[in-house]
Amino acid sequence: MKKIKEIKISLVGNPNTGKTSLFNILTGLNQKVGNYPGITVDKKQGLCKLSEKVNGIITDLPGTYSINPTSIDESIVLDTLLNIQNDDYPDVVVVVAEVENLKRNLLLFTQIKDLEIPTILAINMSDQMKRKGISLDLEVLEHELKTKIVLISARKNIGIENLKEAIVNYNSYDRIPVAAIAHRMDHDFFEDVRSQFSDKYSLYKIWLLITQHQSANFISEEEHKKIHHFRRDISKIEKLQHRETILRYSVINEILKKGYQINRKEGTDLRAVLDRILTHKYFGYFLFVFILLAIFQSVFNLANYPMDYIDSSFAQISNYLKSNLPEGPFSNLLSEGIIPGIGGIVIFIPQIAILFFFIAVLEETGYMSRVVFLMDKLMRRFGLSGKSVIPLISGTACAVPAIMATRNINNWRERLITILVTPFTTCSARLPVYAIIIAVIIPNTMVYGVFNLQGLVMMVLYIIGFATAIIAAYILHKTIKIEQHSFFVIEMPNYKLPSLKNVFYTVVEKTKAFVFDAGKIILSISIILWFLASNGPESYKNAEKLVKAQQVDHLDDDSFEQQLSAFKLQNSYIGILGKTIEPAIAPLGYDWKIGIAIISSFAAREVFVSTLATIYSVENDEQFSTIKERLAAEKNPVTKERRFNFPTGMSLLIFYAFALQCASTIAIVKRETKSWKWPVIQFFGMGLMAYLAAFLTFNLFQ
Amino acid sequence: MCTVANMLVGEKGIITDLSLEHIPLNLLEMGCLPGNELELVQLAPLKDPLYLKVDNTYLAIRKETAVHIEITKI
Repeated sequence: MKKIKEIKISLVGNPNTGKTSLFNILTGLNQKVGNYPGITVDKKQGLCKLSEKVNGIITDLPGTYSINPTSIDESIVLDTLLNIQNDDYPDVVVVVAEVENLKRNLLLFTQIKDLEIPTILAINMSDQMKRKGISLDLEVLEHELKTKIVLISARKNIGIENLKEAIVNYNSYDRIPVAAIAHRMDHDFFEDVRSQFSDKYSLYKIWLLITQHQSANFISEEEHKKIHHFRRDISKIEKLQHRETILRYSVINEILKKGYQINRKEGTDLRAVLDRILTHKYFGYFLFVFILLAIFQSVFNLANYPMDYIDSSFAQISNYLKSNLPEGPFSNLLSEGIIPGIGGIVIFIPQIAILFFFIAVLEETGYMSRVVFLMDKLMRRFGLSGKSVIPLISGTACAVPAIMATRNINNWRERLITILVTPFTTCSARLPVYAIIIAVIIPNTMVYGVFNLQGLVMMVLYIIGFATAIIAAYILHKTIKIEQHSFFVIEMPNYKLPSLKNVFYTVVEKTKAFVFDAGKIILSISIILWFLASNGPESYKNAEKLVKAQQVDHLDDDSFEQQLSAFKLQNSYIGILGKTIEPAIAPLGYDWKIGIAIISSFAAREVFVSTLATIYSVENDEQFSTIKERLAAEKNPVTKERRFNFPTGMSLLIFYAFALQCASTIAIVKRETKSWKWPVIQFFGMGLMAYLAAFLTFNLFQ
Repeated sequence: MCTVANMLVGEKGIITDLSLEHIPLNLLEMGCLPGNELELVQLAPLKDPLYLKVDNTYLAIRKETAVHIEITKI
């Protein structure tokens, strides 16, 4: 048997250089997404067969302009490359650069090269050199940059084999720094630094430890003290950092003068024309609103078919199992707990996948940056940033990735407000709740012959979500007293056609994350609920006797069965729980069964629907198979009216629009704000608002 | 003294000085350095942020940062 050697490779590069495309080409579907310990930054790793005898484990590190991080995502790059004991510490780093912006890309390259790790420079989009009038002298550049250079085009699949070969030969490349500029920055300071630390650390590494005061756990106590000693004068350190950047660029300029030529064609290119249209003072906004509406419309329409299909399929499976399996607790658990639970997760997949597809396309084309540019000033009036637009739109899929997307908002105050208001946007977990209630209380008629009334109500709920987010932001803007320098820098990338491959991977990745993260919660709650609904104290166990004793008239078997199951549910653990909270929710128009659904959906909203399904399938028979039919058939035992009448339905819609019922969101807010303070404020603030608004709504329509 | 904040759309200049306390390091790292050519490509509809081309990099910054970048027009 041949022995396979494994080498660890880190992929590093500026955003928009095609680094992810390269990662996708090298690893194909052999990818897995994990997390870095302690933070929820996606850790993308993949396996690549480099040659007959060598496999590569490739880590796609987050895109960054510099090794000096400005966000949590970017700090991963520094952590990975600084700490030799890190599991992902690479044998070789591949820096991905883009041929047109080589100068800026080389800044990151020189920083990494100075860490004295074997480094390969992969210059991407090399197929466009001729068209852009660029010529490279590879021999000169390799000599000056002291590295191996490979020209590639990830989109056209050019040069990939050469890159693999270069990676296999990683041990033959120089490890010497390319820009030994420390002494030109401040001779005395760095002499002092060098003399204090052992030779096992390169000078640049020590410098990074000094500037990036994170608690590096691989250095000794004594070394920590020394680092702190050099950090005394922060403003001096900051000046030195600025000087470092200026010096690095002068080194890079000298090198590029020798080996890089470009004849720029001036004039109106595609970028200028598109910019003028897309960021036009009227047309730009109009187009943005139009694109949003088109996306929501198509998400809704396209997702409808698979969702209906999934809903009825799971109902069928459930019924099939119920009638074909032998009776017993296990069959019940399967048909009434697990299967509806899984159905409650699967039903989201179409919506989330389609929405992330559109968001990925907008990001890939470069349009999102224009939206940020267009919206920034407007958003700032509400204490938000132009960069808040992306989280707010992603929030319509799921608040968890949306809150993670706030990380590139550099201003903490703007970022915090964005995090706090994002859960107001109508996420896909609210949709099944909205959809089922709307289907029951709003007639399926046309207004003015064009608009579907049910669709209109749904649209109003979306607008309520966005409007509340903006209003809440304004209130927070006026109340939160944190002052901070607001640094706002965003790159305006070139327009390009979206790569379907990249879009596909993004969609798969986000959907998978949802299914596994939220899925675990939904499934376990479904099972717990089923258990609570089919077990109870003494009165539950003696249900049959008690119901018989209550009977005055002799009923036929069917009505007896119905009364029995209703009695059982009322006296099960969950029934008792629901009854307990009934007085608190009666003013909102809810009974104890809705109460149960609300309690269970405080961990995840979508559980509302599956809970009602569970409750009614425990209680009811096979007469009504879909959830919608069951809800519509549900009667108020006192008035004999429909339980889900208009006031109650509207009150529920408003309650779900405002309340923060999502354990995953609370967890992510805690992690991102690093304290319980904000998620607690958010949870109670939104909860109170939901209660009051639902109360008003119910009484308004009553 | 002329800063990026009082340039007109389409005008070009050479960066002469940056007040370093007010300029984030990552702006420098993206190529916004003394001696580099800078062009004001476009203003957002509400006159802020500013869309710049610096040394072949296109980026947008807010006016409050732009007032700290001094230039000589060319």
